[in-house]
Amino acid sequence: MSNGLKLVLAWGLVGIPLAWGVIETAINAAKLFQ
Amino acid sequence: MLGFLDKSRTIAPAGYSRWLIPPAALCVHLCIGQAYAYSVFNIPLSKLIGIGAKAPGGAWDLHKLIAVPSAPDDWTLAQLGWIFSLGIFFLGVSAALLGRWVEEGGPRRAMFTAALCWAAGFLLSALGVYVHNIWLIYIGYGVIGGFGLGIGYISPVSTLIKWFPDRPGMATGMAIMGFGGGAFIASPLSVWLMGKFTTQTHVGVAETFIVMGLIYLCFMMIGAWLVKIPAPGWKPEGFVAPPAHPLITTNHVYVYQALKTPQFWLIWWVLCLNVTAGIGVLGQASAMSQEMFPGHITAIAASGLVGLMSLFNMGGRFAWASTSDFIGRKNTYFVFFALGTVLYAIVPTSGAIGSVPLFVICFLIIISMYGGGFSTVPAYLKDMFGTRYVGAIHGLLLTAWSMAGIFGPVLVNYIRAYNIAHGIPKAQAYNNTMYIMAVLLVIGFFCNFFIKAVNSRHHMTADEAEQMI
Repeated sequence: MSNGLKLVLAWGLVGIPLAWGVIETAINAAKLFQ
Repeated sequence: MLGFLDKSRTIAPAGYSRWLIPPAALCVHLCIGQAYAYSVFNIPLSKLIGIGAKAPGGAWDLHKLIAVPSAPDDWTLAQLGWIFSLGIFFLGVSAALLGRWVEEGGPRRAMFTAALCWAAGFLLSALGVYVHNIWLIYIGYGVIGGFGLGIGYISPVSTLIKWFPDRPGMATGMAIMGFGGGAFIASPLSVWLMGKFTTQTHVGVAETFIVMGLIYLCFMMIGAWLVKIPAPGWKPEGFVAPPAHPLITTNHVYVYQALKTPQFWLIWWVLCLNVTAGIGVLGQASAMSQEMFPGHITAIAASGLVGLMSLFNMGGRFAWASTSDFIGRKNTYFVFFALGTVLYAIVPTSGAIGSVPLFVICFLIIISMYGGGFSTVPAYLKDMFGTRYVGAIHGLLLTAWSMAGIFGPVLVNYIRAYNIAHGIPKAQAYNNTMYIMAVLLVIGFFCNFFIKAVNSRHHMTADEAEQMI
């Protein structure tokens, strides 16, 4: 497996769940401004 | 199989991208960061028997606890609160005791062990829920899981610093940001899984623990597989060592020798005081904001504030640690202490004039610096003590976190209760605490001020350093 593909997979593996969690938290945080 | 874990088998081949190491570290830190979201289980765990409502009884009683498989009582929140406390306590204990073992065995063995402990903690806790025996959860999540937390937390630190000699703050900041971000994933995931497994006659906590334990095991094992250490003498392409700086050593200090230096204890106080100030308000932000601004900040808005603070806590970990690569570690902490002192002193004023935006801005900056304190300290230790044992020294330093975890909430809660008992309105009950926090930060400022380069008599000789690779 090439380094480039490994990098995409590795960062996707941690980045996608983290982005999902950040979005969920940001939606919750928006309540402060309602 | 165990040879795969050997440090010599983790040396990176030529051309291995160093940008694979931060995701390897994040695989571990995002999983163990679940600890910050453990509270989502507290209410469901207190209704395992009563289901819709808590079954009566459940007082703190040793005999009842031992006989729980047949006891009709649900667990109280006080009993359940010990699970998280034990986890954090054993995080500190294991990081302090096993730092040298982690450092000498390499990151893969440590991550592998952390994965086993963390997953085993969840699985044993699931059994504890199934047979309704809280001691199994104490031992599972609290003790075994706590060891997974401690070993996992320090496992990638020195490896990242060695791969990123040009940006050590940014590299460790990324991993420690993951610990802050782990709760973002765990909290909605836990709620979603419990929703899937819960029926009208059953609370699905045990199944959720099993699924999460297995997910975390897989994730952390991928991290252990990905992680590699640089070959001896490796340097990033085009890397030019920065000019000599009195506060950045090129020597190494042995882990237990570091304990004999004033620098270690000054940094210990720097971390402890910075965390004490932040952790006290982090846990009480919801109640504090509603009491300081009655009618202006509702319970829903307060939960939004807590969410926003956790985003700044995570973002601050990366931003401040990265900034420290440019302005220096000592200056970064000077900013934390000087700016923090001013902001804490402003908070009572924001309450007095009824300015919610000012209050929110103060708290968000304070909490970003709380996160930044955690993520900048590994690079500060590397500057002082070199890279050889930085992970192990970092493990010893985490005892400051344990102490702050007691000091901070106690200061906020007890002073508030004392003030209210003496007739001070709730809206002003936190004012003294804010000023005390400001004073603590002034003390931290001076601890940081007195940090100088480590005396050369503490340095390892070239031969000693070579043998320890």
